[in-house]
Order: sequence, then C-alpha cells, then structure tokens
Amino acid sequence: MATSFVLNGAPTTLDADPSMPLLWAVREVAALPGTKFGCGMALCGACTVHLEGQAIRSCVTPLSAVAGKHVTTIEGLQGKAAKAVQAAWTQLQVPQCGYCQSGQVMSAAALLTQNAMPTDADIDAAMSGNICRCATYSRIRAAIHTAAQSMKA
Amino acid sequence: MSTDSVDLKHTSRRDFLKTAGSVSALALTIGFEWGGTTRRALAMASGTPFAPNAFVRVGTDDTVTVIAKHLEMGQGSYTGIATVLADELDADWSLVRVESAPADAKRYANLAFGTMQGTGGSSAMANSWTQLREAGAKARAMLLTAASHEWGVPVAELTVDKGVVHHTGSKRQTTYGALVTQASALPVPDTVQLKEPKDFTLIGRHSPRVDVPAKVNGTAQFTLDVVMPGMLVALLERPPLFGATVKSFDPTAAAAVPGVVKVVQVPRGVAIIAKNFWAAKQGRDALVVDWDDTHAEKRSSADLMSEYRRLADQPALPARRDGDAAAALHGAARTVSASYEFPYLAHAPMEPLDAVVKLTATRCEIWAGDQFQTVDQANAARTAGLDPQQVSIHTLYAGGSFGRRANAGSDYIVEAVSIAKAHGADGTPIKLQWTREDDIRGGLYRPMYFHKLEAGLDAQGELTAWRQVIVGQSIMADTIMAGMVKDGIDPTSVEGASTMAYAIPNLSVDLSTTKTGVPVLWWRVVGSSHTTFAVETFMDEVAHAAGADPYGFRRKLLEHHPRMKAVLEMAAEKAGWSSEPLPKGRGRGIAVAEAFKTYVAQVVEVSVDDAGKVKVERVVCAVDCGTPINPDVITAQMEGGIGFGLGAALYGAITLKDGRVQQNNFDGYRVLRMNEMPKVEVHIVPSTEAPTGVGEPGVAPAGPALANAIFAATGKRIHGLPIPAAKPA
Repeated sequence: MATSFVLNGAPTTLDADPSMPLLWAVREVAALPGTKFGCGMALCGACTVHLEGQAIRSCVTPLSAVAGKHVTTIEGLQGKAAKAVQAAWTQLQVPQCGYCQSGQVMSAAALLTQNAMPTDADIDAAMSGNICRCATYSRIRAAIHTAAQSMKA
Repeated sequence: MSTDSVDLKHTSRRDFLKTAGSVSALALTIGFEWGGTTRRALAMASGTPFAPNAFVRVGTDDTVTVIAKHLEMGQGSYTGIATVLADELDADWSLVRVESAPADAKRYANLAFGTMQGTGGSSAMANSWTQLREAGAKARAMLLTAASHEWGVPVAELTVDKGVVHHTGSKRQTTYGALVTQASALPVPDTVQLKEPKDFTLIGRHSPRVDVPAKVNGTAQFTLDVVMPGMLVALLERPPLFGATVKSFDPTAAAAVPGVVKVVQVPRGVAIIAKNFWAAKQGRDALVVDWDDTHAEKRSSADLMSEYRRLADQPALPARRDGDAAAALHGAARTVSASYEFPYLAHAPMEPLDAVVKLTATRCEIWAGDQFQTVDQANAARTAGLDPQQVSIHTLYAGGSFGRRANAGSDYIVEAVSIAKAHGADGTPIKLQWTREDDIRGGLYRPMYFHKLEAGLDAQGELTAWRQVIVGQSIMADTIMAGMVKDGIDPTSVEGASTMAYAIPNLSVDLSTTKTGVPVLWWRVVGSSHTTFAVETFMDEVAHAAGADPYGFRRKLLEHHPRMKAVLEMAAEKAGWSSEPLPKGRGRGIAVAEAFKTYVAQVVEVSVDDAGKVKVERVVCAVDCGTPINPDVITAQMEGGIGFGLGAALYGAITLKDGRVQQNNFDGYRVLRMNEMPKVEVHIVPSTEAPTGVGEPGVAPAGPALANAIFAATGKRIHGLPIPAAKPA
C-alpha cells in the first residue's frame, strides 16, 4: 500500500506497510539513513524527525500518520535555526560516538525554531527525551545557547 | 584484491615496513580492502599514493590518510591517532583523513594486548604513541629526502610547515603531494629522530575531531546504515532465561508475515530473516518457541546477593597482602565496618548491536563497529568453518560500546555468522539487528558484586588496617582470557582495590569468585566501576570516624604518590574545597582513582530537597593522563565519563526475578538525561610523561564522590547502588 507525503520538501510516495514506523520507512524504503534506531519506544529520541516542523519520534509514528504531511529528516534539515545548531555543534565539538546526534540536532533545531532564546529550563524540557550515552549533554546545552546567540546576531 | 593473496606469515614487521616502502609493495599495501568499497575507490582515485608503512598514505593531491588500528566508538581515537602521526609528519591538519585498518593482527596489533588487534582498556593512545610517531617521522624523512634529491640541497637545510617543504636558501617550496612518486622509490629509514615536546605543533592543541562534520549532518556511517544489493535483515529470538535452549518452534505464523524470507534455528535461538527490519520484527513477534530451561539460571538477583553476603564471611583467596590486617584490626583503638552491594549493569550503547555478514563457502566478510578484530575473526571463522585468514572485517564507526563490543565469545558477530550459515552461506549479505530489548536483556553485564570492608584506626586516628573482601563473578575465567587469571584471582574483579595507592601498613584484599548462569563482561572502567566506589566511600567513613577532613585524610595517605596526590589537590583547589559545611541541603564529596595509569580526582556538589530528591549541581574534575594529546578530547571524555558514572550510580541496575531480566528498555533501565547533567569543569595536569588513556578513568570517581556528597548533605551513607532516594537526616 502506498503512502504519499512531502519528505524533505519533495512529494514522495512510499510503497510500504502503512503500519511500518516512519523510522524504518525513511531508512529502508526512502534510503535516508541519517535517522537512527535507538529504542523503538519513543524513549531515547535517536529517531527524532520533524512532522510539520514539530520534533516527533519516528519509531512510534506509523507511516500512515504522515499521509499528506511534511516530514523533515536530518538529510533535509534547512533554515536559520538548523544552520545555527549544526555550526554550534561543530564549534563546540559536541559529538562523541555520534549515533544519537541526528536526533539531538533535530530536537535542538525544532526548539530554536519555536523559541529563539531558550533558557536552561526550556532546554531541559525540549532535550530530556534525547538520550546520549556518551553524556555530551553539557556541550549540547552550551551549543544550543551558542546557536541562539548566533541567530540573534 | 583480497588479503588472501598476501602471505605475511614469515615477514617480520621490520621487513614488512621496509618492503612496503618500495614501489613494488604499493600495490600490496593499497590492495588490502581498507574498510569499505567507497573508501578504497576514493583512495585509488587520488593517484598512486606514498605508503611508507601500514599507518599512513600521502596522496598526490596532498591528502594524508592515517590508517587507524583502533575502533572509533566516541572516545576520539581517530583524532588522537591522526594527531600523533600528523604531528611528526608536519602534516596540514585540514588535509588529514582517517580510515579504519583491516583486521590484520600482524600489522595492527594493540601492543598493549600483545599480538591481538583490538581496542580496550583505554590503551589506544598509550600503545600506539611511539609506533605512530615513528610512522609519521619516517614518512617525513622520506619526503624530505625526496625533496633534497630533487633540489640537490642537504636535508638539513629543509623545513616543513603544514605539508609544504621549504628551502630558504633557494626560496623553493613544494607540497608533500608533489614528492609522492620520488619518496615512494626510497628505502624506509631504520631509525628516525622524534620531536622534542617543545616542537609539537598538533599534540597538546585543540585540533577539531576528524569525525565531527559527518556526525553533525547525519552522514557518518554506522553498521545500522550499511546497505547492499540483496541484503536481508535478521532478528534473533533468544531464550528468556540465560542457558535455556530451543526445545521446538513453530515458524508458521512468522513465515506468514509479508517480507519474511526464512525462519532458521541457530545455536543461540531462532532467527527471522526478512527483507527489512519491520518484517523481521513482526515475524519475530509472531514466532512461537518452546524453550528447554533445564540448565537455565533460575535464581533471582536478590538470592544471588544473599549468597554473596554469606560468602563474604567465608575463606577467600588473597589478592593483596601488606602487613597483617587481621592482627592490626584486633589491636586497633577503633574499627569501622561497612558492606556494599553492586548490581548487574548493562552497557546500553546508543547503537543496538548489529553486524552485516556476507558468507560464502570460502570467505566471510563482516561489517561492524568491531572492537576485538582478532578474536572476532577467530570466532567467526570457527562458526563458519573457515580459517581466520578467510574472514575479513570492515570496522565502521560504533555507536558507543563501553566494553560491550569487546567480548571473548564475539556474541553478536557469531550470531550473525551463524544466521548467514543457516541461510545457506550463499553470499547474501545479512544484517543482524538487535533491538533495545535484546540489548538490555541480552546479558554480558558488568557483574554483580558484594564488598565487605573493615578498617582500624589507632589512638591518634591514623589508619593502620584495611581489610576488604570482594565477592562476585569473574569476567575472564572460562573464556579465552582465562590465562589472565592468576592463582585464582581475576585482576578485573579486584583492580582499584588491590592496586589502591593509599599508604596503609596492614592491608588485605581478598576475592571470592562466584559462578552463575548470567553472562558477564567488562563495563567502562572495568573493576574500578565498583572497587573505586567501595574504597572511596569507605575511606570517607573512615575519615569521618577519625574526625578528619576527607580531603586532608586522603592527601596524607598519598604523600608517597605525587601524581595521585597532585590530581587530588588540583580537584580540591579548583572546587574551592574547605572543611566548612555547605548550606543546609547541600553537600560536597571527593574521590580519587587510578585506572589504566591515568589519575582522576573529582569533587561533586549536590543539593537534596525536602522530599529527598538528589540533584547533582556541579562536578570539578582533575586528570593526569600524561602528555595531553588533545585537551578538548580529554575534557570531553571526562565530561562523558562523569555523566556515565553518575547515571549508573543514580539509576543503573539489571535485576533478575526467577532468572528473568526485569528490565526491557530505557524506561526500566534508566540512564542519565539532559536535565540531570551537572555543570562539569575539567582541569588537565600539564605533563610530558607518556600519554595514557581517557576513555574510561573519568567514570571511576563520579559515583563515590556523589555518594560522599550525599552524606555531607544528609548524614546518610550509601551502601548499595543504585543510590536509594536519600532524605535529609
């Protein structure tokens, strides 16, 4: 069965089981491997993508739920907040193993799009669903503040 | 092109380096598959490179490719390895690339492990420091000789700046890339002068990590991301109890799931082989297996701990004996005693275990975030019925490991090979994918331990006796590592306690080794993940009993150990340590450890609210890891190690009920999250000693410093992990 939606700005039709989680649809059917599998239960955030600009966990979102909607993965991430986040991530050398970082970047970009000057409490609220076993959290927090400052400039 | 055609058996490393320096050997060197067809194609496209040894190639386009024999799993090994080699080579950092070495212990052994290729024990930089410096320096010498021949000037008149060779007298300059052909014709020098530390240009500086760009834009390739034409995805149904086996299974419902290709039995369970992950997952959910649990472990972890507690009072084997602890305790003016319980811990790397295997009758090719290449090669070969030389491994980025991917049985690799074999060994690439539930319930945990401690103080409050008994499973016994167990003592069970640096005249550490059906493994910082907690929290209790400041008490016992003492002092000073208590509801704790010859001290500050909720506010860390190769990577490893250690201390526990693991995912197996990460400050001791590792040691003091801080805030001692909710006294 086919599901049509807009993936990274391009109208896309994926022929797959509509109950297939969006994570596996983008990875294995659309061949976009930047979005990662970490828990399968929306507990770790490694699979974070944007649905209509909101950060969602693609591992528990069935493909059918995105029909007719806009989905953005790390491969299609664009815009001022996204650029600021990725530049700050590089400047502050955030990643270690890097596996969770697509999800971290997606969550951070969504946060800064909605809240250009987040407080530490805002960062806690937006980012605590994204686990990093390397515990790069201090640098993620600092990088979000850096990105916010650079967007203001 | 394959490794099969190259016989290196009778070639010494020295001979090999010499041979590889000649043009005729270039084909041999680049003929190896370096870690993926894309990478090799890139290497070939850049023109015939200069490859003077197994660790570096210089391309005609000026790129410098460093071949990393160590896994990059987040610890920064690729960057560290490249830094050391590129510094001696005087390379331009912006032109340095890193690729992973093939599985080939003859060229890429971890010198700290002997003849085996692998990554672990925080040894990557320590074991390759001299090797990589020489590799870089020899390549530089050959490139300079080439320039000297070209220009007819002495080598001594040449200088190099970022890959550009200059001759000031004649105002000539050229890049390394332009010298590649001439340099390739030269012999590799036998000896070479290494730089003085004052001449380092990259070592000690903040060079950006080589892997960051790809890890920020989602293009870094992990095993999860490997795709090949015709590739199938397998999930394995494993027994619900450790040691159970398949009695029978009904594949009907699983096989009926669209996309499921085959259902096959393998030694570890029943595998569903499908066209994609989702089909395999649904197939596995539908699978019906009847398990035989006759020989399975059916005890609960609480039962095991009761047994361990009982064993701590029985005779045990000596791991360290200084003086006569029993007599000194008997004669002490005051004694202090405590016991500590430590749970099983899962590693839970963010990337659930996975491996891609392509198996034929004569060849086994593996793609994985491989940490133990030589062991995995041997185990894969045994499983496939091949020779180790017929097994090649492409080591990819690993999404974390914390020890999990380095195991003597190569569990996930062997599973993948066994599934490919059961599929028919027809060359179909098969990706074995673990789920998070497979990972949390899959065993190979940090063992559960029980520690019993007693200390004696004399009338002046001096520590005169320390007796410690450790009870728990051995990581190395009954594995290929069993040779490391000496006189019944597995060093990984007692290190950190048996090796403690404190000057205590009468000291005994004993070990009682248990057996259970629960498979165990090293976990980040290995023995010190529990021994440091017991030693450092008990030392705090002893200091308190002596009426002494916990920092000053430790410092006095480390007078003879300048490096250990120095990190302790640095952490205390930077944290503003004083014996004055903090305001109500706040506390400060200190701990110090040596692990893998790196010294780390930490001061943790906590707040505890009226409901007893602990918040870690701040951690100040001092580390001495010898020559700091990349201070920013060291800082990152301390930050990460602290977060890892705090998470485990606060929440980490795998428990068994009637043999069944009670946790499944990150809900039951809690790890540290963003809102729980404290502010961390890291201070690095300046040093010109040989470098030691940083991947693990930062974990060790975090838990005990936290527990000591909770005591300072609440008056309550922590005698078991994870830390129970602490309420103010």
